[in-house]
Amino acid sequence: MKVQPADLEVGQIVAEGEFHLTRDSLVRYAGASGDFNPIHYRDDVAQSVGLPGVLAHGMLTMGVAVQPVVDWVGDPARVVDYQVRFTRPVPVDAADGATLSVVAKVGAIDIESGVVRVDLTVTFGGDTVLGKAQVRVSLA
Amino acid sequence: MSVNPELQGRVFPPTEPYLVGREKIREFSRSVFATNPVNMDVVAARAAGHADVVAPPTFAVVVQEFTLHQLLSEPDAGIDFSRVVHGDQRFSFTRPIVAGDELTATLTIASIKSLGGHSMVTAESSIVDAEGAHVVTAISTLVVRGDE
Repeated sequence: MKVQPADLEVGQIVAEGEFHLTRDSLVRYAGASGDFNPIHYRDDVAQSVGLPGVLAHGMLTMGVAVQPVVDWVGDPARVVDYQVRFTRPVPVDAADGATLSVVAKVGAIDIESGVVRVDLTVTFGGDTVLGKAQVRVSLA
Repeated sequence: MSVNPELQGRVFPPTEPYLVGREKIREFSRSVFATNPVNMDVVAARAAGHADVVAPPTFAVVVQEFTLHQLLSEPDAGIDFSRVVHGDQRFSFTRPIVAGDELTATLTIASIKSLGGHSMVTAESSIVDAEGAHVVTAISTLVVRGDE
């Protein structure tokens, strides 16, 4: 069933998701994206620049966080604009990994254009890791 | 070393054409936990009206990356890669990226600002298809930490 902008309300939660990242996820993302910065797979390099250990790629967090919205609208082609600010790093423990939680709420509705702004809250261990995370989806 | 303020407004030469492969889209989709059939299955993608499998929204970074490499290797840029932090990221689409696209990116340095000893570089990469039609613009703000 297709989502209609007129059926939505600002503040309504439209999608949620939990994603468990492991070191394997980071290696997979490095290969798929071509971002081989060693702070995403080598603790010794991460620690040498003052980090607690290996961090998730910001772009991996951004890429994962939009997926609940893609599934809600049914097609990645409906995403017309997507922006985030990287506000806090996501350390990925070698044994335990890291779990990201995503909550997607309607931020604004433009009935005329059919474009809905969805605001994401993305957290790790209770702290938000992305700021101003906004997805604009075309429901026209 | 500090960021050269004269970079503001500079337009770089277009990157070599990047041919978007079907398996590359599938590989990237798995890496960002994308499970939509439109990302993976040609039949599902065509049924939804697309020419081939559709890339996840952040796939554009793969093409944008070539332009950021141009910026960081520009001799007079004054950007020390070890001091660069990704501040924010945006993608604005005219249409989604699909397998078979041949994409070219052109980087413009939209702005350079100083903020409390750091420099904020806004890099805008306009990505077009083989016909020259706009597909997506990828905008990164890079924070270059100053000397402490």
